[in-house]
Amino acid sequence: MIDPVIASRLQFAVTTIVHIIFPVMSMGLAPFLVYFTWKEIRTDEQVYEQLRTFWTKIFAISFVVGTVTGIVLEFGFGTNFAAFSTTAGELFGGPLALEGMMAFMLEATFLGIFVFGRDRVSDRLYMLSSVLVGLGTWLSAVWILVANSWMQTPRGYEMATKNGHPIVTLVDPIAAYANPRFPWMFVHMQNAAVLSVALFLTGVAAYFVWTNRDTEFWRTTMKIGLAALLVTAPFQAIHGDAYGRHVAETQPQKFAAMEAQYETDSAVGLKLLAVPTSLDDITDPHADDLFVVELPFVASLLASGSDPGATITGLNDIDSEQPPVAIVFWAFRAMVGLGTWFIVLAFWGGYRWLQGDLFEDDLLAKAFAGSSVLGIFTVELGWIVTEVGRQPWVIQDVMKTHAGVSSSLSGTHALATLIGFVGVYAALLVLYWYVVVRLIREEAPTRPPASKRETTVPEEVVPSDD
Amino acid sequence: MIDPLLATLPLSLADGPLFGLPLAELWFGLVFAVFGTFLFLDGFDFGVGALFATRSSEAEREQLLAAIGPFWDGNEVWLVVFGGMLFAVFPSAYATLFSRHYLLMFAILGALIVRGLAPELYEQRHDEAWHRWWGRAFVVGSVASPFFLGVFVGNWLFGVTGVASLASLLVGLAVVALTIVDGAAYLGVKTRGDVRLETRPIGHLAQVAYLPLAVTALVVGSRSAPHVALRSAPTLGLLGLTVLLAAVHIVAGRAGRTYLAFAAVAGQVYGLVALVATLLFPLVDPATDLSIADAIVSTVPLNLTTIGAAVLLPLVASYFVVLYAAFSGPVDDESSYA
Repeated sequence: MIDPVIASRLQFAVTTIVHIIFPVMSMGLAPFLVYFTWKEIRTDEQVYEQLRTFWTKIFAISFVVGTVTGIVLEFGFGTNFAAFSTTAGELFGGPLALEGMMAFMLEATFLGIFVFGRDRVSDRLYMLSSVLVGLGTWLSAVWILVANSWMQTPRGYEMATKNGHPIVTLVDPIAAYANPRFPWMFVHMQNAAVLSVALFLTGVAAYFVWTNRDTEFWRTTMKIGLAALLVTAPFQAIHGDAYGRHVAETQPQKFAAMEAQYETDSAVGLKLLAVPTSLDDITDPHADDLFVVELPFVASLLASGSDPGATITGLNDIDSEQPPVAIVFWAFRAMVGLGTWFIVLAFWGGYRWLQGDLFEDDLLAKAFAGSSVLGIFTVELGWIVTEVGRQPWVIQDVMKTHAGVSSSLSGTHALATLIGFVGVYAALLVLYWYVVVRLIREEAPTRPPASKRETTVPEEVVPSDD
Repeated sequence: MIDPLLATLPLSLADGPLFGLPLAELWFGLVFAVFGTFLFLDGFDFGVGALFATRSSEAEREQLLAAIGPFWDGNEVWLVVFGGMLFAVFPSAYATLFSRHYLLMFAILGALIVRGLAPELYEQRHDEAWHRWWGRAFVVGSVASPFFLGVFVGNWLFGVTGVASLASLLVGLAVVALTIVDGAAYLGVKTRGDVRLETRPIGHLAQVAYLPLAVTALVVGSRSAPHVALRSAPTLGLLGLTVLLAAVHIVAGRAGRTYLAFAAVAGQVYGLVALVATLLFPLVDPATDLSIADAIVSTVPLNLTTIGAAVLLPLVASYFVVLYAAFSGPVDDESSYA
């Protein structure tokens, strides 16, 4: 029978990887929805009403799936990681309770008004609802990341024993919760969410502009998405670079795994391109055996911020088990590579826009359409770097992951629920994908808004023929 | 003028409970009050979902979905808040309860997933087969969720360590009956015409079933759980109150006083949860003999969470007022979910 530790970790991985898609969609869509609502109320132009109505449908289904998968995660700490919950409850439970009261309540109640209330409440309350829904999604990330950043760089606690169990007690709330990692994680995550949704908007719109150049709806979507992408894509790289420096300072082991740096060395180059020379290097990317295109001194520069000769501590010199280096190394490379591609895409689109032929470049449209879900995929990679990179620790240098698993859990039970979750979550993903694609194909306006058309033309429902 | 006021405030979060209040006991009550709020609010969503099975016309089914459409997301969040509060304030109880009832927790989560998705998906397409399947899923999720939650509460109360006991299964059935009572009373307020007229007797029938189910569950469960003191004054008082409220529900319902009937049902839901809390007190997890005093977090996090809740819960209450006011009154015959 399977080890309950392995099963619990796999189950947490599956439920988190699937769950994160939906908060990314709602956090990323929120600022767009606020903008559409504001424009609709201010200008009374029908295209903004269409944009708001349509993207709200995508938001609503994302929120529902996010809610049900989020409850699973919250309860999962108790079911599978009871030892962790008992030990870390004093520091970890508070943020979860506050997330529920402060963020989730705001989001869920005003979403009711936002989705169903356009004709029932005043413009002012409706506008306020869109802002509060958005605020709720972002505050939710605040509290989750407060909790998570404490696990990455724990502060403000003392070890104690209670009822015979080791626990961490909260002694300095400001040190614990105003954690040095928090601002890095929050900015990186929120910008990633907006970037991902900007890419999704631009990609879907580019496809429809490419196949049917007449729709103002999709042209407007594409421009707004591209504008957001032009801001978020370069910012993510600038911010990510500085974030990496913080990781090098506070979690040297994770940084070494990201670079597959086994030996302690100075004046280390950044592996821009790393190709395994033998298949074994895929599972164990030992730096010496890779074919590497390197930017000399850059890894040292990254880690230190100023000194190209700075020393980077290698994995072999860190007195702890190593994280699964291959997963961290390749996920990090893929994340950075895709992030670079998004910048190229943004500038390419921006250049075409300046030239005035944004909607005429078929190759650009195909590139955007093909990249529409890559943003979300990249967020997943980022979280894999973050969470796998800190293994074997569930709380860095305080508690190992295997020690956090429920002691009462049997392998049979853990396996049964793991299989159950894999099945249910696969079905969830298929259903979500089906619904989103169906909404895009059948519910998005395919004709110019009525207000821009001759009033003699009768209204009719035109099915899209893509 | 300010100085004397400041002097009365606690100087540091670590000095002791805020204002010397018995925070551990207050939080025990608050955790159950939040669970009760969830059971009352999402309870009528579950009940409407169960009653969905009794409606065959498409227009009436749409009316049922419209009646809960804007509200159920917010209602369900009370469960998330309950989980978060239990974790924040009694982490060891949260951990032992949830890990001990491992399979049951997954049954609850599975049922909630089906229940949450079904109405959303129901509205995505308008062909018969699609509606039939997601309609069924909605009914199954809406009945299974309160059933498993009830079994969980029964296991918790009676200190059951296995998957379930006869008593906890009876609690599950009682909770299902109570949510149908709740749902029918809610439809009494939110709908007109056939839907209201025809679901009312079903609600009354469920009301008649609820009382013996709850009492039998208590009697059976108390035999193997010495801490469940049935003959104490608070227990008998709460049981008496429930019988009275049940009578009020039925009489008011027949007289067409829908709001009064609905309030009587709300009283019963909170009464049930209050009964569970009373019977548990001062234990928070009888299966491990964990008391409130053993399980409560230390002073600093307790004070912090208390400040958070004191500020936020009134605010949250105001959101619900705004939401329910925006969609007050019965749903129209032709209104729908999306």
